[in-house]
Amino acid sequence: MADTPYSSTELLACVAARLLEDRKSVFVGTGLPMIAAMLAQRTHAPGLLIIFEAGGIGPQIPVLPISVGDSRTFHRAVAASSMHDVMSISQAGYLDYGFLGAAQIDPHGNINTTVIGEHDHPTVRLPGSGGANDVGSFCHRTVIIMRQDRRKFAAQLDFLTTPGHLDGPGARERAGLPANTGPHRVITQLGVYGFDDATMTMRLLAVHPGVTVEEVRANSSFPIPAAEPLAVSAAPTVEEQRILREIDPTGLLIKR
Amino acid sequence: MEILQEGHGELIGWHDPDENREWVRAHKPRDLVDKRMGIAEAVARFMHDGDFIASGGFGHVRVGMAAIYEIIRQGRRGLVMAGKTAVHDADLLIAAGCVDRIEVAYSFGHELRGLSPASRRMVEGGHCQVVAEISNAGYQWRFLAAAMGVPFIPARNLLGTDTLKYSSAKVVADPWSGKPLCLLPACYPDVAIIHVTRCDMYGNAQIDGTLIEDFELARAARRLILTTEEIIPEAQIRAEPWRTAIPFFLVDAVTEVPFGSHPCQMPLRYYFDEDHIREWMRRSVTAEGADAYFQEYVFDAPDFEAYLQKIGGSTRLSYLQQVEALRG
Repeated sequence: MADTPYSSTELLACVAARLLEDRKSVFVGTGLPMIAAMLAQRTHAPGLLIIFEAGGIGPQIPVLPISVGDSRTFHRAVAASSMHDVMSISQAGYLDYGFLGAAQIDPHGNINTTVIGEHDHPTVRLPGSGGANDVGSFCHRTVIIMRQDRRKFAAQLDFLTTPGHLDGPGARERAGLPANTGPHRVITQLGVYGFDDATMTMRLLAVHPGVTVEEVRANSSFPIPAAEPLAVSAAPTVEEQRILREIDPTGLLIKR
Repeated sequence: MEILQEGHGELIGWHDPDENREWVRAHKPRDLVDKRMGIAEAVARFMHDGDFIASGGFGHVRVGMAAIYEIIRQGRRGLVMAGKTAVHDADLLIAAGCVDRIEVAYSFGHELRGLSPASRRMVEGGHCQVVAEISNAGYQWRFLAAAMGVPFIPARNLLGTDTLKYSSAKVVADPWSGKPLCLLPACYPDVAIIHVTRCDMYGNAQIDGTLIEDFELARAARRLILTTEEIIPEAQIRAEPWRTAIPFFLVDAVTEVPFGSHPCQMPLRYYFDEDHIREWMRRSVTAEGADAYFQEYVFDAPDFEAYLQKIGGSTRLSYLQQVEALRG
């Protein structure tokens, strides 16, 4: 990517934020999802209902929380509740979007955050599901934000932690997961992906400014079809960048 | 009910509901007893080698750190831990050799701060075994089943994943809709440690902020050690009974430990001590570094008061209070 007046994390946050609709609900995980949801709330989606797994419901978040249990996640909230409460309302269908990160993703949008290598003899032990399996099971639309390379975009996961579209159309329903749910978009530092209705596999919808389709394909170990015509993401605006620096004044995340 | 699929993870903390009812009947007094004691006595009396333990709060939020340090100080061994978003607590207990088995929803990662060097070393080196996987909602509903006195809770998570294959859950056909349904077995920790905002000497406790899963955990655990920022009069509890999250008869020990969650956050009171958490993550990159950390902050600090002096005393603590109040 050419030199830009913004960091790739800023771009990721802006692209993710723009996906969120006003007056919808979103279940937010640690890190970039938090920044994206906060940015959306401070721009086009002031009525965005933000929910955190530890029990924060509808906060007006002052600065970037370090944890999804941090007291910032219920600052000026409508409720400081419990995990049982927020997981139950998610399972009952109140959550429109779920925002997740991932260490590995496969073409169907299934996610690994548990282990690299064999489960019982791991090469790298990762934290595990946390709330990801729940968010990915319950929310109407899951959005995955992650960095992409050939290792992370894996044809075969080392461990399927969180359900994407499993092995194709109808698989989620056959497994017993709530109907009409699953990954909706995948956002990386290179582009934005959706899912093909016929196969429920990832296809490239947009590239970020200065990124080529060849670059995208070189950073995946599975084939990536591209939509025609291919869109190009808008660069972060001056206003979006200003707000991002207000949200994360010490550059904990956005300078990366 | 036909079983469609079974996870092969180890079933941790399960009891037959009738067996647990009898245990509760015999071991949990219903009268108001003064349960105040020091943390050393609470850990010595209620936590034994080999126990299955759970620590309340979430990650680095509202964690009973005074109890965690005391478990290390007393050298408990062979503990099994509930990795119910257990991060700093689990990382220390694994590094210190107290915990050698864990059921994981979320562990080994300090959220935004990065993966836990110590836990990774212990798990990847085979010194700590992950006996089962689960999700956060899954673990919390295991506690809910125990709290309700039923053998399992049905849920619609885990389905279709390796998380389920490595869990202790089972999949059945829902008798009404016929759709596959995940059954999460009840989970009764032998001992839970929960740090609360305030409670009386009997254990009637209030928690400011989100309850996370402590409402259910307090009711699921057989033994419950409360550490509290402050002990308040019973009359203050009775003046606002709707604020009681944990009633006294669930509680076995009450220990007053101001700043008892440090270096973790106590909502509305003090923020994470990021410098101290980073110090732990830096020093625990090697086993020797972790041991030196324990020597300095646990073994060379006879109690929590001495520990607080070592981390910077009132100057540091009042700074953390300012940050929490968004004045930092």
